[in-house]
Amino acid sequence: MERKLYISSAPHITDSDSIPKIMYSVIGALIPAGIAGIYLFGWQTLWVIITAIITAVFTEGIIQLLMKRPLNIGNGSAILTGLLLAYNVPAEVPLWLPAVGAFVGIAVGKMSFGGLGYNPLNPALVGRAFCTASWPVYMTVFRTPPRGGTLSGIDLSNIDAITEATPLSIFESAREILLHKSQFTEKVPDAMQALSQLYSSYSNLFIGKIGGCIGETSALLLLIGGFYLMYRRIIGWKIPTAYIVTVGVLTWIFGGTDGLFTGDPIFHILSGGLILGAFFMATDMVTTPITFKGRLIFGMGCGILTSVIRLWGGYPEGVSYSILLMNLTTPLLDRYTKPKKFGGK
Amino acid sequence: MPFKKTFKGGVHPPEQKYWTEKKKIKVVDAPETVVIPLQQHIGTPNEPLVEKKDTVKMGQVIGKSSKFVSAVCHASVSGTVTAVEKRPHPLGTNVLSVVIKNDGQDTWDEKPKKDSDYLKLPQDKIKQRIQQAGLAGMGGAAFPAHVKLSPPEDKPIDCVILNGVECEPFLTADHRLMLENTDDILAGLNIIMKILNVSKAIIGIEKNKPDAIKLMKKKTAKMNTVSVLPLTVKYPQGAEKQLIKAATDREVPSGGLPMDVGCLVHNVGTTLAIYEAVSSNKPLIERIVTVTGPGVKNPNNVKVRIGTSFKHIIDFCGGYTKNAAKIINGGPMMGISQVTDEVPVIKGTSGILVLDEKTAKLQEEKPCIACARCVDICPMHLVPSHIASYIEYNDIDKAQEMGLFDCMECGSCSFICPSKRNLVQYIKLGKMTWNQKQQAT
Repeated sequence: MERKLYISSAPHITDSDSIPKIMYSVIGALIPAGIAGIYLFGWQTLWVIITAIITAVFTEGIIQLLMKRPLNIGNGSAILTGLLLAYNVPAEVPLWLPAVGAFVGIAVGKMSFGGLGYNPLNPALVGRAFCTASWPVYMTVFRTPPRGGTLSGIDLSNIDAITEATPLSIFESAREILLHKSQFTEKVPDAMQALSQLYSSYSNLFIGKIGGCIGETSALLLLIGGFYLMYRRIIGWKIPTAYIVTVGVLTWIFGGTDGLFTGDPIFHILSGGLILGAFFMATDMVTTPITFKGRLIFGMGCGILTSVIRLWGGYPEGVSYSILLMNLTTPLLDRYTKPKKFGGK
Repeated sequence: MPFKKTFKGGVHPPEQKYWTEKKKIKVVDAPETVVIPLQQHIGTPNEPLVEKKDTVKMGQVIGKSSKFVSAVCHASVSGTVTAVEKRPHPLGTNVLSVVIKNDGQDTWDEKPKKDSDYLKLPQDKIKQRIQQAGLAGMGGAAFPAHVKLSPPEDKPIDCVILNGVECEPFLTADHRLMLENTDDILAGLNIIMKILNVSKAIIGIEKNKPDAIKLMKKKTAKMNTVSVLPLTVKYPQGAEKQLIKAATDREVPSGGLPMDVGCLVHNVGTTLAIYEAVSSNKPLIERIVTVTGPGVKNPNNVKVRIGTSFKHIIDFCGGYTKNAAKIINGGPMMGISQVTDEVPVIKGTSGILVLDEKTAKLQEEKPCIACARCVDICPMHLVPSHIASYIEYNDIDKAQEMGLFDCMECGSCSFICPSKRNLVQYIKLGKMTWNQKQQAT
């Protein structure tokens, strides 16, 4: 027969999903939170996002050309890294900061290991950690209140003892005072008022009318994006659930100021970068385990570390470092949590 | 005791049954030449009993082996042997085959005649008829039927499962058989149960064949030993280990066989052939094949003589469409792609699938992104991406430790991988490399 035939090993059909489809779906799921960030913090937010994305894509492209590797910046992975890095910085940073962060994230966090699929650490978090360590003031001092709200989400006008800051910072300060009542007796009533206001401002926390990094404030929009990705089976339920439940349980037990089991888990779940981290960064496929048990342990580990850093560590927020530290345990978890074979012992 | 009537894992490729599921079986005329490979089964190949210039009759034994694990082969037409030489085989290599020029007469060697007392025959006589008919598993694996029906004494069977699942996309031959030959299939099941002294049988049928399920249920309503089990549509539900798990909640141990958990599985096509062999001494010289796919003008379910070339059958079905680009022996998930259409239908050919250029085009492999989809869906609960990586880096020992030989090459992992990695291909390579190393030492 004259016809040319294709020959290949079975299977001869594949599912229609591909790497670009996955990456662009995650980007799509993140867009609502980004739009919220622009609405809440102003047009500078958009410039931060654009700078981070463009730097990320350029860095990856140029390194691939230098390494004589095929160019694959169209697969959406670099765009996603840039976007996530932008979401992890405050809105008012100078534009060179997200550029440096994106550059370091891509060049050091991803390309130095061989590109997509070979990196052990989440590249966006590598960039963020680098920026936090190098320019702590830019990264941790928030000055822009959200449109129509306050940085802290509460009304601090009659509270002199606490300085205006993000909810988690206020929590840290108030808790510090209340755990050492004897030292700060005159500040105690203000601290108690601040805490009780924090615990009743769930709606602000949920919608995002609080201070914080660009993409982390609106829990509502992030959750919508996260559930969309779970529906599309792009992320699983194990890591986000294990992460968030662990943080809830530990902050409930240890996060209170009246003894054990007096903490407010809802406050902690809705504050800071937990929802962004649990749904969009702790679920980064390349750097997380591939086994069932491995993923549960990974999520729990992130939860434990985040709670420890928030309650007893130096920083008010611990999501980025928790995820980076757990990323390092992924190969170990993969090795020791292999599933039982069908018909195995 | 209630348990989930399915198995953990599996994928959902588009079913594509609509091409042929409503088409009644058509008989294809016997071709001018048939090519009968002397190995169409798992086991020892047959030695030829004829040579060039011999005349043969239809149903005459033309190849036989002295070993137990083997299946004799018969001439599927009457005529003259024009050659006994190596010819292309649908499973890949060139295999010694008997080439017969059809004289068009269809003269039987021993014309099949219904023996109305067949149920009174002793067990070993029944098995002898099955062996003489050259029966092998017609679902695709082609394991000799009489061997499967002779489990050792220390492995008692308590449950027979009929495999009417047909989980491969496109294929509908078993579906049509269940609709058009229901009574004979059930008679065959009865024979199997008699041979093994078993009083419990389950007929597994996927839920995308509601008419077959309804008909089977109606025909078995009065039988209290046989039950019909509608199964959730999921690939590879028709794999025997997964079928046993769904039907009985028993897991065949790693490296073991269904008899290790007291079960025995037979394809409905094989069961029908068993009935015909035992009740009428009919040898295996024809079978039902689904000819389908976007590359064939008139997809159909056809009854063909063993040894008919794919070309002859595709021509019967209207020939190729303009964009036909790949010919597959079997289904799209586990079938073997063909180099030429001058290959014969063998005992295990359940389908001839012709795909178009768009589907056949090979996609570029990207690096693994550890998305874990292959882990989530593997029906044998392995970690395909890691096994494939070990083989890629030539650490076959580690791959074997991780369960290389538990893999049944169902193709689910390669199917679902978003990076389009050829996972099954690596695994096949790994198994081959391991076996070569074992032979060398």
